[in-house]
Amino acid sequence: MTSTYAVLSEGLKKRFGEVHAVRGLDLAVARGTVCGVLGQNGAGKTTAVRLLTTLLRPDAGSALIAGHDLVREPAAVRRRIGVAGQYASVDGDLTGRENLRLFARLHRVRAPGPRADELLDRFGLAGAAGRPASTYSGGMRRRLDLAASLIRHPDVLFLDEPTTGLDPASRNLIWDAVRELTADGTTVLLTTQYLEEADQLADDIALVDRGRVAHTGSPDEFKALIGAYVEVVVADADVMVRAAGVLDQLTGAQPSFDDARNAVGVVTRDRTLTLPRLVRELDAAGVPLLDASLRPPTLDEAFLRLTENDKERAA
Amino acid sequence: MSMLAYDGTALLGRQLRRMRNNPGLLILTQTMPISMLLFFGYVFGSALAMPGGQYRSFLVPGLLVATAANGIMTGMFQAAQDTHRGVMDRFRTLPISRAAVPLGQAVADVVVTAAGTVPFLLVGFAVGWRVEGSVLEAVGAVGLLLLFRFATTWVGIFLGLLTRNEEAAGQLGGATFMLPLLSNAYIPTDGLPGWLRTVAEWNPISAVTTALRDLFGNASVPGDAAWPVAHPIAGSLMWCAVLIAVFLPLAVRRYAHGER
Repeated sequence: MTSTYAVLSEGLKKRFGEVHAVRGLDLAVARGTVCGVLGQNGAGKTTAVRLLTTLLRPDAGSALIAGHDLVREPAAVRRRIGVAGQYASVDGDLTGRENLRLFARLHRVRAPGPRADELLDRFGLAGAAGRPASTYSGGMRRRLDLAASLIRHPDVLFLDEPTTGLDPASRNLIWDAVRELTADGTTVLLTTQYLEEADQLADDIALVDRGRVAHTGSPDEFKALIGAYVEVVVADADVMVRAAGVLDQLTGAQPSFDDARNAVGVVTRDRTLTLPRLVRELDAAGVPLLDASLRPPTLDEAFLRLTENDKERAA
Repeated sequence: MSMLAYDGTALLGRQLRRMRNNPGLLILTQTMPISMLLFFGYVFGSALAMPGGQYRSFLVPGLLVATAANGIMTGMFQAAQDTHRGVMDRFRTLPISRAAVPLGQAVADVVVTAAGTVPFLLVGFAVGWRVEGSVLEAVGAVGLLLLFRFATTWVGIFLGLLTRNEEAAGQLGGATFMLPLLSNAYIPTDGLPGWLRTVAEWNPISAVTTALRDLFGNASVPGDAAWPVAHPIAGSLMWCAVLIAVFLPLAVRRYAHGER
């Protein structure tokens, strides 16, 4: 039976001793789409991926991966997935080519050698193919890792923080590879700490907080929901208080203070609040500015904002 | 089963390739016993009641078995390294036989041990050791030695999967160096105080060492020893069977379930 969803999980739970790493994970990823699982460190992203890739057995809940039951048919699930990321890695003692040949052989690829060379070419590793993977740079290793997870055209590819710690050039190479894959119809589930990465790649974002999916939506819906972060920097503490008053009036939200930098910030969803208007209003109120900025909120700020929304809704 | 054979062979190839690419541990484990033979054979040998040449003949089977017991160390180190570096997790997400990864490691380890036996025995020959029994018995001795290595490497693989930490495994593995000290590998046990002698003779290393000395014709079986040493071939087979029966399933289970 084919389902509309490549990944469909209900109430997945995993506890390590006293730590409830995943406390009821509900995810629905449509076939051929990219789902960005966004969350801070310790939110349960990695545990979620380990559960969905058969590396961990859930304490409760169920999931279908490419139409196969995660708990009852782990072997069938393994035939249809690819995994790359922080932990599922390559063998540093083998060369790039030896690694890909080994994984191709284990995937029952008929011609492991040519398949390995094809992937080495595609990921710009042909020149380093004969070197042990332990001598690769971080970006090269991630690319080899990604190549290894693509050996047999997986239905669903899991990427756990694929670009954490990479330089922008390596990051763009990984992003391009992910875009190519989705053009081929592969479903991708990737975890990330960066709103920008989810925005660039994902069709849908699932925000994970303390082991649960706190919000889902498209990147645009997310950005509209969490608004923008406005910050002004002033000369001293007295001016900070006056600036905070103006920001409060403009947005109706409680400003936060960064005393070390004499900065006052606030998150707003008011789209009429542009940077020129902000500067005019503060100038009119006689607040001298050293700096002013309006940018998408960081994940931490978005988080704060979304949990506030939850409280408002509950009230 | 054919799936296990196919995957196991691919993974055996992986282990041999990685040893070729990174031969540090291999060189250490192969040269250690040779230098110990020369050091113990000439330095300790000069202080023992046994004539030097006779002690070196006594020592060759002992060092072979003591080295085979290092399967605990190498098995543990490699399994912990694979887990620690994440490649074990990739294997776990592949559609391969659940026993293939540890089995590939164990067989590779036995292959390397077999290869390492050749230069060691050549040095042994140079310092006076001889096959004093029949060729068939000598072949049996090597077979028993490799069976023992196969058993100890499973102990190591299980412990390595359990510790999961490269450094901890390295340190813990160093402790296996102590095991042959409390056996008849380097010294005859009949001079030990009663209780210590009992402990040493129930050390699996003692039974296998005695069996090798017997099969190579280097020394006779002490009749008044504990059962595994007094019946060294049966005793060795018993120890190997026990170790494999306990640790092979534990290791495979541990690999298949990970931290689940």
